[in-house]
Amino acid sequence: MRTIRNIFLAPSALVMLLLVAAPMAIVLYYSLLTRGVYGGVEWPLTLENWRRLADPLYLHILARTAALAAAATALCLVLGFPLALFISRAGPRKNLYLYLVILPFWTSFLVRTYAWMFLLRETGVINAALMGLGLIREPLGMLYTPGAVLVGLVYGHLPFMVLPLYAALERMDRSLLEAAADLGARPWQAALRVLVPLAAPGIRAGSVLVFIPCLGAYLTPDLLGGSKTVMAGNLIQNQFTQARDWPFGSAAALALMAIILTLLVAWVRREKEPLL
Amino acid sequence: MSKAFGGSRVVEEVSLEIPRGSFFSLLGPSGCGKTTTLRLVAGFERPDAGEIRLNGAPIAHLKPYERNVSTVFQNYALFPHLTVRGNIEFGLKHKPAAERMRRVREAIEMVRLEGKEERKPAEISGGERQRVALARSLVVEPEVLLLDEPLAALDPALRKQMRAELKDLQRRSGISFLFVTHDQEEALALSDTIAVMNGGRIEQTGAPEEIYLRPRTRFVANFMGAMNWIDGAGVRPEAMRVMRGPAPSGARWAQAEVTAASFLGNLIHLEARLPDGACVTAEMSRLDGSFAPGERVTLWWSEQDELRFPDELP
Amino acid sequence: MRRMLALYAAGVYLFLHLPLAILAAFSFNASRFTVWEGFSLKWHRAALSDRQLIEAAANSLVIGLAATAIATAAGTLGAYALWKRRSRWMTAALHISLVTPEIVTGISLLAFYQWVFRFWGLRLGMHTVIGAHVAFCLVFVVLVVMARLRTLDPALEEAAMDLGASEWRAFREVTLPWLWPGITAAALLAFTLSFDDYVVTSLVAGVDSETLPMVIYAMAKRGVSPVVNAVSTLIATGLGVLILVSERLRSA
Repeated sequence: MRTIRNIFLAPSALVMLLLVAAPMAIVLYYSLLTRGVYGGVEWPLTLENWRRLADPLYLHILARTAALAAAATALCLVLGFPLALFISRAGPRKNLYLYLVILPFWTSFLVRTYAWMFLLRETGVINAALMGLGLIREPLGMLYTPGAVLVGLVYGHLPFMVLPLYAALERMDRSLLEAAADLGARPWQAALRVLVPLAAPGIRAGSVLVFIPCLGAYLTPDLLGGSKTVMAGNLIQNQFTQARDWPFGSAAALALMAIILTLLVAWVRREKEPLL
Repeated sequence: MSKAFGGSRVVEEVSLEIPRGSFFSLLGPSGCGKTTTLRLVAGFERPDAGEIRLNGAPIAHLKPYERNVSTVFQNYALFPHLTVRGNIEFGLKHKPAAERMRRVREAIEMVRLEGKEERKPAEISGGERQRVALARSLVVEPEVLLLDEPLAALDPALRKQMRAELKDLQRRSGISFLFVTHDQEEALALSDTIAVMNGGRIEQTGAPEEIYLRPRTRFVANFMGAMNWIDGAGVRPEAMRVMRGPAPSGARWAQAEVTAASFLGNLIHLEARLPDGACVTAEMSRLDGSFAPGERVTLWWSEQDELRFPDELP
Repeated sequence: MRRMLALYAAGVYLFLHLPLAILAAFSFNASRFTVWEGFSLKWHRAALSDRQLIEAAANSLVIGLAATAIATAAGTLGAYALWKRRSRWMTAALHISLVTPEIVTGISLLAFYQWVFRFWGLRLGMHTVIGAHVAFCLVFVVLVVMARLRTLDPALEEAAMDLGASEWRAFREVTLPWLWPGITAAALLAFTLSFDDYVVTSLVAGVDSETLPMVIYAMAKRGVSPVVNAVSTLIATGLGVLILVSERLRSA
């Protein structure tokens, strides 16, 4: 029984070892090397890359990344909570409504991000509609702004917030709200003091499932944010392509991973239940 | 044999001998190790020490599919994607088709499931599912049938009926049954021999009457039925007589005040309090009189009905 | 209250679906500007006859099928092994794989490939992309198959062995039939993730292994164009149909 289980585990273990662990080890190694003249990496070993990360320029990028991720998470929570509530109360059509939330998610992240490019540009649909209605006289510069990135992040990650919220709300005992009403609470009071605390596990799960991917976002800020909204992901990509500074890029990547892993460990410790 | 999981010994030096063709029950509270003992016999666990023999031949090193024992699981573990027939014939893969069909047909007749062969487990009732599990295990003609609390999932009425059917099945097939349960009434009704387990050990093995009337430890006495403990002596509620007036000579007796009297139809369940505050229960036929709470009565019992365990602390 | 909630929900659904709907609508616009000038299929026709797009689509398909096959096979067996007995290392590795941003996966694999290839003189190409896709798809396959395994009573395999089946036969005849819906769902998820991937692929692809997302990205970077609209609509619809079909198969 043990041999079959080990044989079965081997392919996955090999993939993890070769294509996840080893690459990370290489990145760690590279982060300690020096940038070569033509790009590439060479000796000597140095901690310079890591020291560079403390430069205010890069800390600023990190702060912006965290702020955007936090804002996106908060927006997803505020927007997603009522929707999750609606679905949990929808009776027999629950599955349909859930499906309608998940469906766009399945149709290509690239396409969906591009769709917002299409909508937000100066000659795009939204500006055309606003001008046509006479609300504005000149097109708004919506694209290539932090706002556009925020919209893109929320749009892309809303399902990750709605699903855990729905799961938590669905499990909730409806009679608790009735008891609150019975004891004199108005609907919004009951919502705040009963609903939200009971949905807390869902809120936590959804927040983690949105915040962490947003921290590592690349495509959204790249397509919707232009050069003004550089997030950590863009910085890292830039180092490995145009700037050709692999050692520094490696250090930046590991710094991002360190932050994410800290969050993950904190999460697993708190929830005591791993995701797998 | 003994078995430990992660440092705690679940089964401590259990020694059993099951006579061929008998109905043997392993009785005990949850967590006493009886299911683990069963799994050791089935082959799902390996003993840390000791041996298991079937007809004298050691089998402890054999895998479950190499042993000639079969298990009926607590939740039946029927294969959901196979029909009743598919389930029953699963263990007969290597037999020629004709023999397979014959044996399956006989098994279905034995558990009275004719007409349901092509249904899936999800389409039949709980009692029928259990019969499929039985047929599936019996059809491979094991030497021993292991049953893990098979009646626990059934409702009370069905349970009584299946009890009788199980006993009948065992007698007809002549296969040894190793039956695990926590229900002492079930064990008493079904078994030729009972082994009472507690904390990984066997406290007593014997015939039902033996276990009930002559328990060797306090635990066994308490587990097999309600007990009254008066001055270190144990008396069963049904041996406790109640009357107004003085007790007959030669009997052991005590004064008491009735605190509750419940009419249970055929029996009366009486609760009384002794002068020292201890509570006693008595069970009597309703034909022996009725008493009201508050009455002062005499409780008496014969010395033969006393159970004493001088070696044990109270 | 209930009506307000329903109204709100409708609004959110509009937010979720309108962008794609508008994109699709405009892909049929005869004009390349935002004014509607009549229905036309010309952009779709252009997209479907663009050689670069077709080659890229073929590459994406090949990569997708290969990566899906490998990831699904390895992931299913791995999930089964982990279900039987946990492994702290594997669980940790899978968690890390799950939270790693795509950009980090991409650069780490790029660095790894370059370092390995120095010894063996190989280059980036289809195989490196397939390997990368297997790397980030595996954890999702394991997740989906595990979820399905958790609904299986472990006693079933024991019952099979009790009746004389070997471990292998028990897996094949009892567990595997039960697993199939989970395996297909996992395969579909893996394919979607692979087909749509831009970030990782762009870093590890060779000159000859351009994928559809890479071409679309390049076109999008150059500016919004109706051909991109058309391709996007086609892809979105294609994947959407795929998912619908898989859901039908699953509940059948």
